[in-house]
Amino acid sequence: MSKQPFFSIRDYRLNFNTFDGVYQVLDGVNLDLERGQSLGIVGETGCGKSVTIRNILGLLPSPPAEVISGQILFEGRDLLKVSKAEMQLIRGIEIAMIFQDPMTYLNPVFTIGNQMIDVILAHQRNKPRANKMSRRQAGEHAIEMLRKVHLPNPDKQMNSYPHQLSGGMRQRVLIATALSGNPKLLVADEPTTALDVTIQAQILDLIAELVEDMGLSVILITHDLGVVAKVCDRVAVMYAGQVVEYGSIEELYDTPRHPYTQGLLRSIPHPEISVAKLAGIPGHLPNLLDPPAGCRFQDRCAEVMPVCKTTPASVSVGGSHTVACHLIRQGGGDA
Amino acid sequence: MLDIRSLEVNFVTKSKNKGAVTRAVNNVSLKLEKGDSLGLVGESGSGKTTIGRAVVGLNHISAGEIFLDGENTLGPNGKFDKKFHLRAQMVFQDPHSALNPRMTILRSVSEPLILHTRLRGVALYKKVSELLEIVGLQQQFLYRYPHELSGGQKQRVCIARAIALNPELLVLDEPTSALDVSVQALILEFLKSIQAQLDLTYLFISHNLAVVRYVCNKTAVMYLGQIVEQGNTEEIFNDPKHPYTKALLKAVPLPKSGQARRSNPLWGDIPSPIDLPEGCFFFSRCAQAKAGICDKTPVPVSTLSDGRQVRCILFQEGDIL
Repeated sequence: MSKQPFFSIRDYRLNFNTFDGVYQVLDGVNLDLERGQSLGIVGETGCGKSVTIRNILGLLPSPPAEVISGQILFEGRDLLKVSKAEMQLIRGIEIAMIFQDPMTYLNPVFTIGNQMIDVILAHQRNKPRANKMSRRQAGEHAIEMLRKVHLPNPDKQMNSYPHQLSGGMRQRVLIATALSGNPKLLVADEPTTALDVTIQAQILDLIAELVEDMGLSVILITHDLGVVAKVCDRVAVMYAGQVVEYGSIEELYDTPRHPYTQGLLRSIPHPEISVAKLAGIPGHLPNLLDPPAGCRFQDRCAEVMPVCKTTPASVSVGGSHTVACHLIRQGGGDA
Repeated sequence: MLDIRSLEVNFVTKSKNKGAVTRAVNNVSLKLEKGDSLGLVGESGSGKTTIGRAVVGLNHISAGEIFLDGENTLGPNGKFDKKFHLRAQMVFQDPHSALNPRMTILRSVSEPLILHTRLRGVALYKKVSELLEIVGLQQQFLYRYPHELSGGQKQRVCIARAIALNPELLVLDEPTSALDVSVQALILEFLKSIQAQLDLTYLFISHNLAVVRYVCNKTAVMYLGQIVEQGNTEEIFNDPKHPYTKALLKAVPLPKSGQARRSNPLWGDIPSPIDLPEGCFFFSRCAQAKAGICDKTPVPVSTLSDGRQVRCILFQEGDIL
């Protein structure tokens, strides 16, 4: 790897120390993202997709979280090692984040404008005095941002309270706020899960527009394989704290190799074709207090072998497509 | 079997804007034959849950009637006749809040049996064990509490409770939207198998079009308290007629490669059900709307040659377009 990646996570291990014991939440996560691309992380509840990205901006309280090993590299800096003061300069300015339920992340007793201006002014803290925005300039900047995310009547909406907006409009406000610091990377944690399909389509359209027109890089966390296929360039499938498969949309959706990815794709009903039978994946996530040695999917896998007691390495199966499964290592035949 | 005739449900606001009327369901007529499963789809706020709740008597009815097997579910006093609880049962969206956290599974599932039958003691216990077996849970779950179960298991318990009284009709209100996809697949498979096994009719409420396509043989698309299109699932999904149905289908992201990033989706939000538009309810968001026609007069329902019903001015004179 000669050229330095824009953003990458290397061998990231994380534990949660609780009174119940030590939860081994992340077990050697590796991810890469190039500038101007969008990466989707998919997986079911509890697979560690949110935990993986929370610490990009140092949002996991420690304790209980404890980083065991690994690096989160952003333009050469290790985000797990930067000081609090440095993090303040990255958070919201270089990397911004939006979350699932826009109502929870907006303060109900302040107007949209007020909250956006606060954020914009907070971004001015470390700028030289001459470049600092005044409160009025911040207000104008906020309106410009709202216009960019296509919120109708932005000047009027600045005086609205969050409850006066619909879910889709609130998510637009959050995206506008996140973009106000002109970040290079936007991390979106289930941004459309709380929204209707038609509103989801609007927000996904907006995200695609930001990537294409503004050159923004995006990490999108979701449990919906359809959403990822629509807006992302690459996708990582996670299971119980491990990335089991990683590749471009074409590689992963056209030729899924890991049994878990195949199971997931067989579990979803398709709106375009009528499906005779859904497979589903019986069983549960392993208990992360005491995860099975080796592959964490072994208890639910139909093709489990004795060798699954050892951790499978990520093997390249052509292009950027990597799979962590022993089935692949044994000659790379049909998984 | 289930026959809903020009149903209307209105809610009157009590606090702010006192007296304002929310017209949640507007002149809805639906018919289900025995063994059907009808999918009711639409955005949130379109009134699909309100219809489901009205069918099992959890909502009042402002106008119209609901017949089950030819019998009116409204008693002579204008209220829901409780004997229909034996025939129509409901499964709710969030299995966690639908189960009492302080009751064991045995207690939760026996509740309807204690209320409506004379089963007690060993007979009751046996019946509950049988029900759990039908939904695929082992005996060991009888004495567990809801917090000890996973989401999929809890939803199975809710289904066991709903089928305890051998109902003919199950109203399923987004039964899988709180579950992961791998679990959702198992529950949907299971719902299909017990439908055949127990001869059930389903009213399946969902915002997930893919799920409706998988489970239901008939589909009704709702918008702002009205049904804008209804017919056989395959026909609606293969060849949607109403502009709203088309937009809704286009909005679903597909789990496959090679999709266009930008799809030019439906713009705006669903209007408020408090002051309804004069003409077509979908006028404000419709790409094919004709000003002066669509926004002035209410749109009647037209029946197409394949038996499908569409509420759109474009289809008024039979099968055009």
